[in-house]
Amino acid sequence: MTIINKRPTPDGDTGAGIDQVPVAAPATWPEPPSKGGGWKRTALIVAIAATYLWSFWGTEFSLVKLVKGVPEVFSFLFIRMQPPSLNIIPLALRYTLQTLQIAIVGTTLAAILSLPIGFLAAKNTTPNATAYQVTRGILNIIRTIPDLVMALIFAGAVGLGPFAGTLAVGVHSVGMLGKLYSESVEGIDPGPVEAATACGLNKTQTLFFAVLPQVIPNFIGFTLYRWEINVRAATVVGMVGGGGIGFILMENLRLFNLHDSSMILIMIYIMVQLIDFISARVRLRII
Amino acid sequence: MIEVRHLRKVYTRGAEVVALKDVNVTISDGEFVAIIGLSGAGKSTFMRCLNRLVDPTSGEIVIDGQDITKLDAEGMRQVRLKIGMIFQEFNLVDRATVLDNVLMARAGYLPTGRSVRRAFSKADRDLAFHCLERVGIVDKAYQRADALSGGQRQRVGIARALAQEPRVILADEPVASLDPRTAHVVMEDLRRINDEDGITTIVNIHFLELAKAYADRIIGLAGGVVVFDGPSAEMDEPTFVKVYGTRPQRMGVAQ
Ligand SMILES: Nc1ncnc2c1ncn2[C@@H]1O[C@H](COP(=O)(O)OP(=O)(O)OP(=O)(O)O)[C@@H](O)[C@H]1O
Ligand SMILES: [Mg+2]
Repeated sequence: MTIINKRPTPDGDTGAGIDQVPVAAPATWPEPPSKGGGWKRTALIVAIAATYLWSFWGTEFSLVKLVKGVPEVFSFLFIRMQPPSLNIIPLALRYTLQTLQIAIVGTTLAAILSLPIGFLAAKNTTPNATAYQVTRGILNIIRTIPDLVMALIFAGAVGLGPFAGTLAVGVHSVGMLGKLYSESVEGIDPGPVEAATACGLNKTQTLFFAVLPQVIPNFIGFTLYRWEINVRAATVVGMVGGGGIGFILMENLRLFNLHDSSMILIMIYIMVQLIDFISARVRLRII
Repeated sequence: MIEVRHLRKVYTRGAEVVALKDVNVTISDGEFVAIIGLSGAGKSTFMRCLNRLVDPTSGEIVIDGQDITKLDAEGMRQVRLKIGMIFQEFNLVDRATVLDNVLMARAGYLPTGRSVRRAFSKADRDLAFHCLERVGIVDKAYQRADALSGGQRQRVGIARALAQEPRVILADEPVASLDPRTAHVVMEDLRRINDEDGITTIVNIHFLELAKAYADRIIGLAGGVVVFDGPSAEMDEPTFVKVYGTRPQRMGVAQ
């Protein structure tokens, strides 16, 4: 073995080559820190396996039924639902647009409600511990109520229809938007806040000059993302009486108007794709 | 004039830390003072007590005859309007333009409603541009702050402090994040402003070399007390040992 005396050079040559061994390797390198004994790993595997068995049992999962059922799904979707009916298009379009309207108004409502909550539920901007606890509590409660239940509650309050759907989508979204807003506020760089305080700005001025510029682009991004979700949520909420295309889909499925139903599904698909595309483009530009 | 008497600061969050034991210092109008000391000596704590970003535990801080430790929030806000601050990490709003960062310094002078609508007067905008011009970056006014180099960012920080029309500028390690050449440029800016406007300037600094080159007076902190206070020229080896606890050559710091 020849050892060529070659040092690393500043231009990036490390001096190491195929048959150049600059230093003799020590006999042993340090071992990675031990992650506990083998029995721990075994116990973990057993626990995971048991969880899976228990869950499959609970869902009455059956391969036999699956194999028998899959052709049924295909025949339903691709034979019995075909061809999509064209007559339904004008009506479906009107209600698709209504779903879009529900999503737009609902998301805006959510953003307006989430704005104060975002600052009250953030440790670094909350005025006091009570406000913090209360808003956190509200967020947690909203997040535990499924949007379908919200739709039923609001339908009871304001009657079936798009308004109930809008309120359900709006209030339900606050659970997620409020949380994302407050996390965004908690994640700001505290430096500008310190600078604003040192400049003699009061709390409100500090909020506007040092906090808002840091979080507004995030807020817009989160809101657009939630809008995408809400286009789908508004569809589902419609199925339990919240208006829009979901309501029409439900009616037609109930009456086994399968050709109409497939056209409605196609239109929902187009709307969702379109909104996702637009929203993603806008979000890319602002962040 | 700034008179600091028996200033003491004990941090009580978590373990108790006595950051300042008993600091007594008088700084006259227009002085350029460097504060030196090891990491943890209490330099930042001392500086932040002067504008009460940190609340002193006890002692008095008398600025122009007014003991600021007794002021309420609104009183303190009024005092802060006249104290500019410059930070090691610049503390700019990255997403805002350079001009908007400087205009922040004027917001405190406006009623809340007008300031949040950004209804700045022509005079305020003129002043902001003028301050940018003085640090040589007026051409960057409409760029986003995060598009600038470190040296340029610190000059935005200086322009922001200047735009307050302050009587005092506090600079906490303003050049510690900059390369040596840029550090000199920024120190020269601070010195020039001190000479031209007579703004009292207090700079925390790690490099003794820079302190001696730019400051009239050096205050050495160690263990929360003042161990040296005198003209920069009097900073000799025995004093160095008092401040840094070791001889210069072994520190690798140029004397
Ligand atoms: N917010 C705080 N809470 C608790 N202890 C603190 C806090 N800020 C500073 N300290 C402690 O107070 C002492 C003085 O800190 P200070 O930041 O004033 O020193 P410094 O001289 O500015 O140091 P450096 O050169 O590292 O910036 C240190 O022991 C530090 O750990
Ligand atoms: Mg410090």
